[in-house]
Amino acid sequence: MIWETIILALREIRRNVMRSSLTVLGIVIGVAAVITMVTLGGGATVQVQTEISSLGTNMLQMRPGQHMRGAGGTRSKADMFKVEDAEAIIREISGLEAVAPSVSSGMQAIAGNKNWATSVTGSTNAFLEVRDWAFESGRAFTDAEALSGKAVCILGTTVRNKLFGNTDPLGATIRLQKLACQVVGVLESKGQSSFGTDQDDFILIPLRTLQRRIAGNNDVSAIYISAQDGISTTEVKESIERMMRERRRITAGKDDDFEVRDMQEIVSTLTGTTRILTALLGAVAAVSLLVGGIGIMNIMLVSVTERTREIGIRLAIGALEREVLMQFLIEAVVLSSFGGLFGIIGGILASSFGAYILGLPFILNVEIIVIAFVFSAAVGVVFGFFPARRAASLDPIEALRHE
Amino acid sequence: MKGQKSPPVRDNSLVELKGITKVYGMGAAAVHALGGVDLRIDQGEFVAVMGPSGSGKSTCMNILGCLDVPTAGTYQFKGADVGSLSRDQRALLRRNYLGFVFQGFNLLNRTSALENVELPLVYRGIPARERRQRAHGALDAVGLTGWETHTPGELSGGQQQRVAIARAMVIAPEVLMADEPTGNLDSTRSREIMELLCAFNKEQGITIVMVTHEAEMALYAKRIVRFFDGVIDAEEHNGDSQL
Repeated sequence: MIWETIILALREIRRNVMRSSLTVLGIVIGVAAVITMVTLGGGATVQVQTEISSLGTNMLQMRPGQHMRGAGGTRSKADMFKVEDAEAIIREISGLEAVAPSVSSGMQAIAGNKNWATSVTGSTNAFLEVRDWAFESGRAFTDAEALSGKAVCILGTTVRNKLFGNTDPLGATIRLQKLACQVVGVLESKGQSSFGTDQDDFILIPLRTLQRRIAGNNDVSAIYISAQDGISTTEVKESIERMMRERRRITAGKDDDFEVRDMQEIVSTLTGTTRILTALLGAVAAVSLLVGGIGIMNIMLVSVTERTREIGIRLAIGALEREVLMQFLIEAVVLSSFGGLFGIIGGILASSFGAYILGLPFILNVEIIVIAFVFSAAVGVVFGFFPARRAASLDPIEALRHE
Repeated sequence: MKGQKSPPVRDNSLVELKGITKVYGMGAAAVHALGGVDLRIDQGEFVAVMGPSGSGKSTCMNILGCLDVPTAGTYQFKGADVGSLSRDQRALLRRNYLGFVFQGFNLLNRTSALENVELPLVYRGIPARERRQRAHGALDAVGLTGWETHTPGELSGGQQQRVAIARAMVIAPEVLMADEPTGNLDSTRSREIMELLCAFNKEQGITIVMVTHEAEMALYAKRIVRFFDGVIDAEEHNGDSQL
């Protein structure tokens, strides 16, 4: 009986192809919009996540001073760290994979007749480990180079391209201020970070080299730490904070004059933002589903009026109220399900195209497709009920007299 | 209670109306369509209901066909009190015992003759194969073999009314309710339809109640009931067709 009613509904829809397709257009657009928004939003979230995890998700960053609230990027003044702080962390905190004390400063790098303004980071080989850098060619620093502060450097691909073009830079010399450094390695490209900065635009030299031969002090401006797999970065963060408060002699009740940032925090902030955006866009798209539902109700009401005589015949030969109700309800549901189906196809096409244009990964969320379909069918039930109810409660005598 | 009022001993009464009234509207605007109708129809009868427009014959037919409920009075169908039935129960009664033929044919447009005839069987939940078989049989009985796939728009008035009769007959009803079945047909087609109805009455013993205003058509019936101003004015038996 249900199956026959569905066939009946299909035939009724086919009789009015033009009208039916215009009616479901609202649903088609609504479903397609929801799927496109959610799929693209999901792709953006995944992209942000993979970009950040390319920084190493088990990474912690420690900087002196505190982020000033409300003032974009400025920090409160505080004493720099020393190499000893990093050594203490290595000594006292367990579950760490690598600890990289580092200093960075902007500098002109000169090679032959070319020069390039870039950032020079003084750090140890641990820096490469923490940030998960791999070598395109060459090697890391030797222990001797690191300990004695030799003038050697490792280039990011952007710097290599700017200074050397396509020629092999290994063994060549570049000048950083008064220091002539020999290139021992080139890092693999990481591309742009999710914050929009070029991660490959930097030069790495041994920490001691930078401290002694360029800066002339023993300061460390940041310490990068990576935790071992399975170790909670939050716990590591807390124990580092406790230890550093002691080392920097911060009395109880006073604020930290340094900051340990967990990459997980940054990840969740960023993905949280894209998620909220996705949900918002999805909600706007869902409104068009509602509008589509009203369209279906409207056309079903017209259909009931047009088919009053048919309803009268059915009732006269013994159709029950609920059978007539079901007939019209199923027709509305079939109609809106068609809308859902075409909307899903449209949404998949639109989102794959959008992902291609925006350079986002195309990740189809099966869940949202199922939800969109069920929702569109539900729209049929909700908005089809009133017209169906009206059809079922017609008086057979009146209905037969219609026209 | 039955024994004291109706003298005849035989009890094959199918339909019994007692003191049926029907009032449309309320208060001063009320229209009394039926003012106390007593009517008994026995199994196998062919009754013609006649009367001028507004005499209440159609209202009475609607009540007989369980499409409408009386304002007062009792209606017994096969001994069951129709007045106490719900809307759905009346629908089931129509579905299982009554066949309808209307003046305007009332077939589903753009639907083949076969499917029109199948329709009552669909609501009875009969499987497709058996449905098709019985619908073919019913169309055959009204002489429409070969016209099964034609839609009402492709059929003449007489053929459409045959389809309607086949649709009514396919459930083998207890009573066939025909409301001016020849009203839209010329005299030749009308006679053909009447002969068809007579044949069903005689050969299959189907009880037929037919509303008509054409005296010629009423002559096919065994009994004529005349309505006037909402009451039964006269009853007569047609001797020739009875014997």
